[in-house]
Amino acid sequence: MRIKCPLCGERDLREFYYQGADVALMRPAPDAGPAAWDDYLYTRDNPAGVTRDLWQHEYGCGAWLLVQRNTVTHEILNVTLAKNGGGHAD
Amino acid sequence: MWFVIRCFMILTGGGAVVELMEKSAFEGLLPVEVVGCRIIAAPPEPMHLISPYKGQEKPLSAAMKSAHGMAFPAAGRATGKEGARLVWFGLDQAMLIGPAPDARLSEFAAVVEQSDGWAVLRLQGALAEDVLARLVPVDMRAARFKRGQTVRTQLQHLQVSMTRVGGEVFQIMVMRSMAKTLVDELQNAMRLVAAR
Repeated sequence: MRIKCPLCGERDLREFYYQGADVALMRPAPDAGPAAWDDYLYTRDNPAGVTRDLWQHEYGCGAWLLVQRNTVTHEILNVTLAKNGGGHAD
Repeated sequence: MWFVIRCFMILTGGGAVVELMEKSAFEGLLPVEVVGCRIIAAPPEPMHLISPYKGQEKPLSAAMKSAHGMAFPAAGRATGKEGARLVWFGLDQAMLIGPAPDARLSEFAAVVEQSDGWAVLRLQGALAEDVLARLVPVDMRAARFKRGQTVRTQLQHLQVSMTRVGGEVFQIMVMRSMAKTLVDELQNAMRLVAAR
Protein backbone atom coordinates (compact mmCIF):
# COMPACT_ATOMS: atom_id res chain seq x y z
CA MET A 1 0.00 0.00 0.00
CA ARG A 2 1.25 3.46 -0.90
CA ILE A 3 -0.03 6.85 0.16
CA LYS A 4 0.53 9.96 -1.92
CA CYS A 5 1.58 12.61 0.59
CA PRO A 6 0.65 16.09 -0.74
CA LEU A 7 4.14 17.32 0.22
CA CYS A 8 6.44 14.34 -0.34
CA GLY A 9 4.77 12.41 -3.14
CA GLU A 10 3.99 8.71 -3.21
CA ARG A 11 5.55 6.90 -0.26
CA ASP A 12 5.60 3.42 1.18
CA LEU A 13 3.22 2.49 3.99
CA ARG A 14 6.12 2.00 6.41
CA GLU A 15 6.65 5.77 6.64
CA PHE A 16 3.14 6.38 7.99
CA TYR A 17 1.49 6.15 11.38
CA TYR A 18 -2.21 5.23 11.45
CA GLN A 19 -4.45 7.15 13.82
CA GLY A 20 -7.96 5.97 12.87
CA ALA A 21 -11.24 7.66 12.00
CA ASP A 22 -11.10 11.38 11.22
CA VAL A 23 -13.33 12.31 14.20
CA ALA A 24 -10.61 14.53 15.65
CA LEU A 25 -11.51 17.03 12.93
CA MET A 26 -15.13 17.10 14.11
CA ARG A 27 -14.79 17.90 17.80
CA PRO A 28 -18.16 18.87 19.28
CA ALA A 29 -18.67 22.21 21.02
CA PRO A 30 -17.94 22.15 24.78
CA ASP A 31 -21.67 22.53 25.53
CA ALA A 32 -22.84 19.99 22.93
CA GLY A 33 -24.14 17.70 25.65
CA PRO A 34 -23.23 14.21 26.88
CA ALA A 35 -24.75 12.34 23.91
CA ALA A 36 -22.60 14.20 21.35
CA TRP A 37 -19.49 13.80 23.49
CA ASP A 38 -20.13 10.11 24.11
CA ASP A 39 -20.51 9.62 20.37
CA TYR A 40 -17.31 11.60 19.67
CA LEU A 41 -15.26 9.66 22.18
CA TYR A 42 -16.53 6.10 21.82
CA THR A 43 -18.68 5.47 18.74
CA ARG A 44 -16.97 4.51 15.52
CA ASP A 45 -18.22 3.27 12.18
CA ASN A 46 -16.63 0.20 10.70
CA PRO A 47 -17.53 0.55 7.05
CA ALA A 48 -16.94 -2.00 4.31
CA GLY A 49 -16.18 0.53 1.62
CA VAL A 50 -15.11 4.15 1.63
CA THR A 51 -13.79 5.53 4.92
CA ARG A 52 -11.89 8.60 6.04
CA ASP A 53 -8.97 8.33 8.44
CA LEU A 54 -6.11 10.33 9.83
CA TRP A 55 -2.58 9.22 9.09
CA GLN A 56 0.67 10.92 9.99
CA HIS A 57 3.62 10.97 7.63
CA GLU A 58 5.76 10.15 10.64
CA TYR A 59 9.04 9.34 8.92
CA GLY A 60 8.61 11.97 6.21
CA CYS A 61 7.40 15.53 6.53
CA GLY A 62 5.53 14.90 9.81
CA ALA A 63 2.23 16.20 8.41
CA TRP A 64 -1.13 14.82 9.50
CA LEU A 65 -3.08 13.62 6.50
CA LEU A 66 -6.76 13.13 5.86
CA VAL A 67 -6.95 9.96 3.79
CA GLN A 68 -10.03 8.71 2.00
CA ARG A 69 -9.73 5.04 1.17
CA ASN A 70 -11.72 1.95 0.38
CA THR A 71 -11.45 -0.77 3.03
CA VAL A 72 -12.60 -3.44 0.58
CA THR A 73 -10.33 -2.72 -2.40
CA HIS A 74 -7.55 -0.95 -0.43
CA GLU A 75 -7.70 1.82 -2.99
CA ILE A 76 -6.53 5.24 -1.77
CA LEU A 77 -9.03 7.75 -3.15
CA ASN A 78 -7.89 11.12 -1.84
CA VAL A 79 -5.21 12.56 0.44
CA THR A 80 -5.16 16.10 1.82
CA LEU A 81 -3.32 17.93 4.61
CA ALA A 82 -5.34 17.74 7.82
CA LYS A 83 -4.22 21.28 8.69
CA ASN A 84 -6.45 22.50 5.87
CA GLY A 85 -9.39 21.10 7.81
CA GLY A 86 -12.26 19.13 6.36
CA GLY A 87 -15.54 18.24 7.98
CA HIS A 88 -17.77 15.46 6.78
CA ALA A 89 -18.08 15.54 3.01
CA ASP A 90 -20.73 12.79 3.08
CA MET B 1 29.34 20.88 17.62
CA TRP B 2 29.50 18.91 20.82
CA PHE B 3 31.78 19.63 23.66
CA VAL B 4 33.71 17.53 26.07
CA ILE B 5 34.29 19.36 29.30
CA ARG B 6 37.54 18.89 31.07
CA CYS B 7 38.22 20.49 34.42
CA PHE B 8 41.62 21.23 35.82
CA MET B 9 42.39 22.51 39.25
CA ILE B 10 44.98 25.18 39.01
CA LEU B 11 46.73 25.27 42.35
CA THR B 12 47.87 28.84 42.23
CA GLY B 13 44.43 30.32 41.56
CA GLY B 14 42.46 27.69 43.46
CA GLY B 15 39.56 27.79 40.91
CA ALA B 16 38.55 25.26 38.25
CA VAL B 17 39.40 26.11 34.66
CA VAL B 18 37.04 24.65 32.09
CA GLU B 19 38.41 23.68 28.72
CA LEU B 20 35.84 23.01 25.99
CA MET B 21 36.79 20.65 23.19
CA GLU B 22 34.71 20.06 20.10
CA LYS B 23 33.88 16.42 19.44
CA SER B 24 32.29 15.04 16.29
CA ALA B 25 29.39 12.56 16.54
CA PHE B 26 31.41 10.38 14.17
CA GLU B 27 34.62 10.45 16.24
CA GLY B 28 36.58 7.30 15.44
CA LEU B 29 33.94 6.08 12.94
CA LEU B 30 34.69 8.06 9.79
CA PRO B 31 35.91 8.22 7.11
CA VAL B 32 34.91 4.85 5.66
CA GLU B 33 35.96 3.97 2.15
CA VAL B 34 34.86 1.01 0.04
CA VAL B 35 35.42 0.62 -3.70
CA GLY B 36 33.26 3.18 -5.52
CA CYS B 37 31.94 4.89 -2.43
CA ARG B 38 32.99 6.71 0.73
CA ILE B 39 31.44 8.42 3.72
CA ILE B 40 32.97 11.40 5.45
CA ALA B 41 31.78 13.59 8.30
CA ALA B 42 30.45 16.97 7.22
CA PRO B 43 32.28 19.93 8.76
CA PRO B 44 30.49 21.07 11.95
CA GLU B 45 28.25 24.05 11.27
CA PRO B 46 25.58 25.94 13.21
CA MET B 47 22.07 24.60 12.48
CA HIS B 48 18.81 26.39 13.17
CA LEU B 49 15.34 25.00 12.56
CA ILE B 50 13.00 27.65 11.21
CA SER B 51 9.24 27.15 11.47
CA PRO B 52 7.00 29.99 10.25
CA TYR B 53 4.16 31.11 12.51
CA LYS B 54 0.66 30.68 11.15
CA GLY B 55 0.14 32.87 8.08
CA GLN B 56 3.69 34.29 8.23
CA GLU B 57 5.16 32.21 5.42
CA LYS B 58 5.40 35.07 2.92
CA PRO B 59 6.97 37.76 5.14
CA LEU B 60 9.35 35.11 6.51
CA SER B 61 10.44 34.12 3.03
CA ALA B 62 11.02 37.78 2.12
CA ALA B 63 13.02 38.36 5.32
CA MET B 64 15.13 35.26 4.62
CA LYS B 65 15.79 36.40 1.10
CA SER B 66 17.00 39.82 2.15
CA ALA B 67 19.02 38.54 5.14
CA HIS B 68 20.49 35.33 3.75
CA GLY B 69 19.82 35.49 0.01
CA MET B 70 17.66 32.36 0.17
CA ALA B 71 13.87 32.21 0.08
CA PHE B 72 12.01 29.66 2.21
CA PRO B 73 12.31 26.40 0.24
CA ALA B 74 9.38 24.58 -1.34
CA ALA B 75 8.66 21.02 -0.20
CA GLY B 76 11.49 18.70 -1.19
CA ARG B 77 13.90 21.49 -2.13
CA ALA B 78 17.21 22.73 -0.74
CA THR B 79 18.86 26.01 -1.70
CA GLY B 80 22.23 27.62 -1.07
CA LYS B 81 25.68 26.13 -1.27
CA GLU B 82 28.54 24.89 0.89
CA GLY B 83 28.67 26.99 4.05
CA ALA B 84 25.16 28.45 3.74
CA ARG B 85 22.33 26.08 3.04
CA LEU B 86 18.60 26.10 3.57
CA VAL B 87 17.08 22.62 3.56
CA TRP B 88 13.35 21.86 3.60
CA PHE B 89 12.85 19.77 6.73
CA GLY B 90 9.19 18.81 6.80
CA LEU B 91 5.81 20.48 6.99
CA ASP B 92 6.45 24.21 7.56
CA GLN B 93 10.05 23.59 8.56
CA ALA B 94 13.43 24.42 7.08
CA MET B 95 16.93 23.95 8.48
CA LEU B 96 19.37 26.81 8.08
CA ILE B 97 22.85 25.31 7.99
CA GLY B 98 25.90 27.54 8.23
CA PRO B 99 25.01 31.18 8.85
CA ALA B 100 23.74 32.53 12.16
CA PRO B 101 20.05 33.41 11.63
CA ASP B 102 19.19 37.06 11.25
CA ALA B 103 17.36 38.44 14.32
CA ARG B 104 14.44 39.64 12.16
CA LEU B 105 13.48 36.04 11.33
CA SER B 106 12.18 35.59 14.89
CA GLU B 107 9.39 38.05 14.09
CA PHE B 108 7.82 35.58 11.66
CA ALA B 109 9.07 32.17 12.77
CA ALA B 110 10.21 30.04 15.65
CA VAL B 111 13.98 29.80 15.29
CA VAL B 112 15.52 26.96 17.26
CA GLU B 113 19.21 26.21 17.57
CA GLN B 114 19.77 22.49 16.90
CA SER B 115 23.47 22.33 16.04
CA ASP B 116 24.15 19.64 18.62
CA GLY B 117 21.09 17.61 17.72
CA TRP B 118 22.03 16.38 14.28
CA ALA B 119 24.88 14.28 12.97
CA VAL B 120 25.69 15.14 9.36
CA LEU B 121 27.70 13.07 6.91
CA ARG B 122 28.34 12.92 3.20
CA LEU B 123 27.98 9.79 1.13
CA GLN B 124 29.76 10.13 -2.17
CA GLY B 125 30.98 8.13 -5.12
CA ALA B 126 29.82 6.39 -8.27
CA LEU B 127 28.03 3.65 -6.30
CA ALA B 128 26.34 5.95 -3.76
CA GLU B 129 22.95 5.58 -5.46
CA ASP B 130 23.23 1.79 -5.40
CA VAL B 131 24.02 1.88 -1.69
CA LEU B 132 20.98 4.05 -0.96
CA ALA B 133 18.78 1.79 -3.12
CA ARG B 134 19.34 -0.90 -0.50
CA LEU B 135 18.47 1.30 2.44
CA VAL B 136 15.89 3.89 1.46
CA PRO B 137 12.27 3.40 0.22
CA VAL B 138 12.53 6.42 -2.10
CA ASP B 139 14.02 6.52 -5.60
CA MET B 140 17.33 8.33 -5.13
CA ARG B 141 18.59 7.95 -8.70
CA ALA B 142 19.68 11.12 -10.51
CA ALA B 143 16.74 11.00 -12.93
CA ARG B 144 14.26 11.37 -10.03
CA PHE B 145 16.39 13.02 -7.37
CA LYS B 146 18.54 15.86 -8.68
CA ARG B 147 20.96 18.26 -7.06
CA GLY B 148 19.00 20.66 -4.87
CA GLN B 149 16.34 18.10 -4.00
CA THR B 150 15.85 16.85 -0.45
CA VAL B 151 13.72 14.18 1.27
CA ARG B 152 12.66 13.27 4.75
CA THR B 153 12.39 9.50 4.82
CA GLN B 154 13.73 6.35 6.42
CA LEU B 155 17.15 4.81 6.08
CA GLN B 156 16.41 1.33 7.41
CA HIS B 157 14.61 2.30 10.63
CA LEU B 158 16.34 5.67 11.00
CA GLN B 159 14.52 8.92 10.40
CA VAL B 160 16.74 10.91 8.06
CA SER B 161 17.01 14.06 5.99
CA MET B 162 18.81 13.48 2.72
CA THR B 163 19.88 16.09 0.21
CA ARG B 164 21.75 15.71 -3.05
CA VAL B 165 24.43 18.41 -2.70
CA GLY B 166 26.51 17.37 -5.71
CA GLY B 167 26.43 15.08 -8.72
CA GLU B 168 27.37 12.02 -6.68
CA VAL B 169 27.28 13.54 -3.21
CA PHE B 170 24.48 13.05 -0.68
CA GLN B 171 24.22 14.86 2.63
CA ILE B 172 22.59 12.61 5.22
CA MET B 173 21.39 13.92 8.58
CA VAL B 174 20.25 11.83 11.56
CA MET B 175 19.55 12.52 15.19
CA ARG B 176 22.89 12.61 16.90
CA SER B 177 22.18 9.53 19.03
CA MET B 178 21.80 7.52 15.79
CA ALA B 179 25.21 8.46 14.32
CA LYS B 180 26.83 5.10 14.95
CA THR B 181 23.83 3.14 13.64
CA LEU B 182 23.83 5.25 10.48
CA VAL B 183 27.50 4.55 9.81
CA ASP B 184 26.90 0.87 10.50
CA GLU B 185 23.97 0.60 8.08
CA LEU B 186 25.81 2.51 5.34
CA GLN B 187 28.99 0.52 5.82
CA ASN B 188 27.13 -2.79 5.52
CA ALA B 189 25.33 -1.73 2.35
CA MET B 190 28.58 -0.34 0.88
CA ARG B 191 30.32 -3.68 1.40
CA LEU B 192 27.45 -5.61 -0.15
CA VAL B 193 27.31 -3.32 -3.20
CA ALA B 194 31.10 -3.48 -3.63
CA ALA B 195 31.04 -7.28 -3.41
CA ARG B 196 28.67 -7.61 -6.36
